[in-house]
Amino acid sequence: MKADVRPVTQDKFGWLQAAWSERLGRAAEYVVIPALALAASLAAFGIFIALSGKDPADLYFYMYQGAFGTWFSWQNTLSRAAPVILTALCTALPAQLGLVIIGGEGALLIGALAATSAALIVPDAPPIAVQFAMAFAGMTAGGLWIALSGALQHYRGVNETISSLLLVYIALAILNHLVEGPMRDPASLNKPSTREIGAANMIGTIPGLDVHWGLVFGVVAAVLAYILIFHTVFGFAARIAGGNVRAAKVVGLGVGRLILIACFLAGAAAGLAGMVEVAAVQGRTNANLASGYGFTGILVAFLARHNPIAIIPVAILLGGINASGGLLQRRLGLPDASVLVLQGMIFLSVLASETLYGRLAIFRRGS
Amino acid sequence: MPNQISRRQVLQGTAAVAGVLPIRAALAADTVIGFVYVGSRDDYGYNQAHAAGAAALKKVAGIKVVEEEKVPETDAVEKTMESMINLDGATLLFPTSFGYFNPHVLKIAKKYPKVRFEHAGGLWTDKDPTNVGSYFGYIDEAQHVAGIVAGASTKTGKLGFVAAKPIPQLLRNVNAFILGAKLANPNATLQVIFTGDWSMPVKEAEATNSLIDAGVDVITCHVDGPKTVMENAARRGAMISSYHVNAAPLAPQAHLTGAEWNWEVLYPRFARMFTSGETIPNFYRGGLKESLVKVAPYGPKVSDAARKQADDVKTKLTAGDYVIFKGPLKDNKGNVVIAAGINRGQTDPELEKMSYLVEGVIGAAS
Repeated sequence: MKADVRPVTQDKFGWLQAAWSERLGRAAEYVVIPALALAASLAAFGIFIALSGKDPADLYFYMYQGAFGTWFSWQNTLSRAAPVILTALCTALPAQLGLVIIGGEGALLIGALAATSAALIVPDAPPIAVQFAMAFAGMTAGGLWIALSGALQHYRGVNETISSLLLVYIALAILNHLVEGPMRDPASLNKPSTREIGAANMIGTIPGLDVHWGLVFGVVAAVLAYILIFHTVFGFAARIAGGNVRAAKVVGLGVGRLILIACFLAGAAAGLAGMVEVAAVQGRTNANLASGYGFTGILVAFLARHNPIAIIPVAILLGGINASGGLLQRRLGLPDASVLVLQGMIFLSVLASETLYGRLAIFRRGS
Repeated sequence: MPNQISRRQVLQGTAAVAGVLPIRAALAADTVIGFVYVGSRDDYGYNQAHAAGAAALKKVAGIKVVEEEKVPETDAVEKTMESMINLDGATLLFPTSFGYFNPHVLKIAKKYPKVRFEHAGGLWTDKDPTNVGSYFGYIDEAQHVAGIVAGASTKTGKLGFVAAKPIPQLLRNVNAFILGAKLANPNATLQVIFTGDWSMPVKEAEATNSLIDAGVDVITCHVDGPKTVMENAARRGAMISSYHVNAAPLAPQAHLTGAEWNWEVLYPRFARMFTSGETIPNFYRGGLKESLVKVAPYGPKVSDAARKQADDVKTKLTAGDYVIFKGPLKDNKGNVVIAAGINRGQTDPELEKMSYLVEGVIGAAS
């Protein structure tokens, strides 16, 4: 018996070591491969810029300068990242179930409308109560909006990608109708808007930072989503259903329930982004809200491979690219579209780099 | 490269920001003026008109112009303005889109009381910060003159107007246009199609086509970028009357005239006031008389009689003794909107609330 113990322990230890370096290798893979893809797209963009007669060195300098080079630039970057973290979750959560939801913009608009309505119904309640009512209304309305796409998919077999996209236009039409009709502030003559929610009810910025609370909400929501997906039974069930829906049904998982809950939570995240846009930036609802955060969220979710934690750095990176876009226009005289070209290059090279996973031997030394 | 700033200067600027020192020291030689546009600078429309004003400033010695296009009406514009102030040392800013004003310009103006903000839209009230100004032009005067030319040039008697949203400023343009057209052709009608938003190229093209299918032979518009409407109408053989900027380069033969902004006169005027330490009025409005707007040059299809009639009204408007909206005036549902004997001059606040379409317009404002 005694003679057996040592080899077994050694074996166990060896297995642990192998598993550990396997895990480390895979984690490194998730960092190194996207970083390489990013570097490749930046290099390609540099060539593109050189061909249009500008110095690529200036390009990289101003990109760094405008995105992360000063304390002001950091705050600029983080402000732009804040709403996108939440709208990216709107795509990333249903993606665990294999659903491709691209209608975060619609949930954002409906959430903003609901949040504004809540504030306008109880304008004189204590601000904290108004803010909670706004958040609750925004998240519920946004959640129901995306749950509608999930329900159509599950019960009627309607493609959720198409239905969620079409619901964006319906949301925009509802918003325009209400803002230009029943909810219009008669004083907003040339810019139809709802009444203002009142300065006292605004949620303001994070102390010491010129970035609104949406950033904190986004980070908290992303962490909660990560825990939900990777450390709860619900998340496990959702990933099973996403991997093989028939197998999930065979083992008795309630797939419909999973879809509805995941879609509701996804829409709630985007609805919260809408509430924050109203309560921290615009102070009322009007056409300004349809500024495309919901669509940028799709890009971020895909670049982050639908991992909620990875969404945070990706959103900050895209926020930085957008923040530096202004400086590129001003200093290098580049048109705004050049930033879109760069975003497109990043998106393509990150998607193309997916084929590299599991193929680079350097990450496989442990196994 | 007048608006190129060296990397060293940027680094100095960065250091200055980090140390909460006034950044202007780094760029002391020039006054830096920042322009922010909501769309692209070459849209043959609203933004191009402002960019033309910025281009006029670039020629002035001692002034550096920095520009950023396609900035949405969210906190992005707040950050853009702050970036121009902090990284470029801008001391005078022109956030040109109507929707930038509240809350974005007001918020940043309170944060930077030493920077001057000049917004296009005429929205300033005495409750707003005094370092903010808002200006606007009575472009309906130019539309009125263009209407005369359109009324004189149409063969079918049917004019068309592609419109974004039924807001007072836009309805005023529509009404001024048909009132002008009726001076030249009392039987002229103006059909309006609303697309629902400021930049909807597909709907604008469809609206243009359906107007022409309905027999319209002169088309004008009020959308952010008239290029789609103008090109489509000219291709279909209709005559065009431009808006925001002169669209003659797009279709020289089909172009009659048009209503244009004249920011290239106003912006150097403001810059001179600013650099000489003079106060720019917080609320600044004007029309043809103050040369804030202009009538585009007449195209080859405009007859001598039409030119004469249009020039006649233009001269009176420029002299300031002509009223476009005067009673008795009925809307297109038969209600009297301005009673007989009442003259509503340009500064009349009633005109700011316009919610009707006058007799002769086919369409509904709500």
